[in-house]
Amino acid sequence: MSGDQTVSDDSAETAVAGDLTEDLIRTSVWDERDLEAAGIPVIEVPFVTVGGGLGSFAMVDFLRSAGVAVGDIRVLGDSLTPTETYEYLATNSQIPRHERLRSDASSVMDNIWGFPSYALREAWAEKSPRRIWQVVTEPVLDEYFTPKAGQVYESVAREAKRIHWNDMVTLGYVRMVRKRHDGGYFVLQTRPEPGATRRVAYRCDFVHLAIGYPGVAFLPDLQEYRERTGDYMRVVNAYEPHDHMYEELLRRPCTVLVRGSGIVGSRILQRLIDDRVGRGAQTKIIHLFRNYVGGPQGERRTFRRPGGNGFAYQGFNFPKAAWGGQLRVDLERLDGEGRAELIREMGGTNTAPRRDWKHQLERGAAEGFYEQIVGSVEHVDQTDGRDAIVTRIRTQDGGSQEIEAQFIIDATGLLARLDEHRLMADLLAHTGAAQNPYGRLDVEPTFEVRGTASGAGAMYASGSMTLGGYYAGVDSFLGLQYAALQIADDLAARGFGKRLGPLRSVTQWMRWMRDRTP
Amino acid sequence: MTPTLFGRIQTRLFLVVTVGVVWTLLIGPLLVTLVDGADLGDVYRLAFGALVLVAVVGIGWELLYHALQQFRWEKDWPTLFGLVTGLPEAIVVYLLLRQDLPWSLGSVPVDAFTVHFASTWIVIWLTANGPMRVVFLRWRFRGGRLL
Repeated sequence: MSGDQTVSDDSAETAVAGDLTEDLIRTSVWDERDLEAAGIPVIEVPFVTVGGGLGSFAMVDFLRSAGVAVGDIRVLGDSLTPTETYEYLATNSQIPRHERLRSDASSVMDNIWGFPSYALREAWAEKSPRRIWQVVTEPVLDEYFTPKAGQVYESVAREAKRIHWNDMVTLGYVRMVRKRHDGGYFVLQTRPEPGATRRVAYRCDFVHLAIGYPGVAFLPDLQEYRERTGDYMRVVNAYEPHDHMYEELLRRPCTVLVRGSGIVGSRILQRLIDDRVGRGAQTKIIHLFRNYVGGPQGERRTFRRPGGNGFAYQGFNFPKAAWGGQLRVDLERLDGEGRAELIREMGGTNTAPRRDWKHQLERGAAEGFYEQIVGSVEHVDQTDGRDAIVTRIRTQDGGSQEIEAQFIIDATGLLARLDEHRLMADLLAHTGAAQNPYGRLDVEPTFEVRGTASGAGAMYASGSMTLGGYYAGVDSFLGLQYAALQIADDLAARGFGKRLGPLRSVTQWMRWMRDRTP
Repeated sequence: MTPTLFGRIQTRLFLVVTVGVVWTLLIGPLLVTLVDGADLGDVYRLAFGALVLVAVVGIGWELLYHALQQFRWEKDWPTLFGLVTGLPEAIVVYLLLRQDLPWSLGSVPVDAFTVHFASTWIVIWLTANGPMRVVFLRWRFRGGRLL
């Protein structure tokens, strides 16, 4: 979707009351009279966060602790529950509530201090010291503790209630953010309910954008196959609902081709093998690698990532020190391509070194139901009888090989192109926002979006859209909290909210412990 | 908390001076009962001598830990390391105390030293693994730096 197409979409709808006009769409800076002329009502609120998911939640949680009142914050999103989108994607990618996420014990989404950690709380709830032992000995004698998905959702729901989240949320789709002549911004929201004006504008001093990923990403050859054949059932993305595949695998023996060797690939493999071992499926798994990791990666002894059996291994999606240790400091000192390069070296495709996963794959290889193949895909097509999909690959020795499978699952990731998102495309075109060397939204170390200052107002962003900035772990619980803290500090310096110094921090923590409103 | 070099040193000094001192003052009367014929002053000379060494010699230890950390891909310092490094550090502090550093003690009573060192180490370790984050919200994001 391009910006030009976006404009023509709207111009076709200008007859509705209180809607965008051609003038408004064209003009980068608005004032109240422009909106009044279009019949769009204006609501004043000092702080608006766009997204309504976990990024917005982390931001609001900090601001509430910093003494900002409910009435001074508006959350614009498409769901009342901040975990809804996250849970949808996690569940599709085979992390139901009882399974564990890939997140650290002290990356506590509902608690800005990270204490008590998820591990302590699980130990307390289950009256078992097992999780305390794990968190004390990780990752030396035990694997990293990671919280169950359900624990995260339930505790966020409790915190949402404590900070009066629902009183701040207004449902609707945010179409654009434009600068205001006299400083600050207008955030234009499309209302979901019919009857009222089609749009409403929020006049604010500060905007925070936490919109997550625009959608699921497909490998180009699979996207091309789906469009050409209309076959959306047998070539699926790990982040889409694809339970029909597992159901069919239980009914008849099939071959599944798995593409992707990151954490999502590992999850899919686990589900396929669990169904085989525990539920009688006769699935044969072919795992296709484009880049096969045969051993540790890295030339320097002081910068070498563990790897083997095709996978690059690390506890989380970046080395731990990227969140608060020396790698965070290193990254903050870099700019341009050097910064993008370090992010690529620390991140890239990798998975968690879990013993149960390794055992499953070893067993699969020994029993012949799990096979690894290395190569790059040249073409994907249906067989003549249309009962299978054939993937033709170029092998490492230059030869050609065909892989026949009943299902192909793309476990390579989510879409993160800025211009694929309508709001982001509009920002780039009208507010002075730019892309960083990684192709995402360029932000300052404070997470202010570069080039978008408007009078005394400021625009911030956090989450996956800011990858490539001065902080690597933006797309994680702790990264969202780090960004929220940086933004809250910047806002406090501008006079919005109080700075969370030791005294306020301790008193707010005590309120949290007693489940009292901030 | 994943430490940086300056974060390690600052956190160590801060915790020794605050938690270490308070704990030592509190535990002093108990230590007196472990040493025949000693008064509170004698015990505090021993305990605060140990604290001074943990702080001063500790800067050297932190340089070593930081160097070892470079060989870890995650560039982290697991919680367990923070606990077990107490053992070599205790031995070095004990040997230095016997050499009349930082001041002369006569003899070094092993029981009192062990109880004081181990309990102080654990209290500091526990504080670093939880309450520090509550008081200093930014501490864990700054690799343990307070300034």
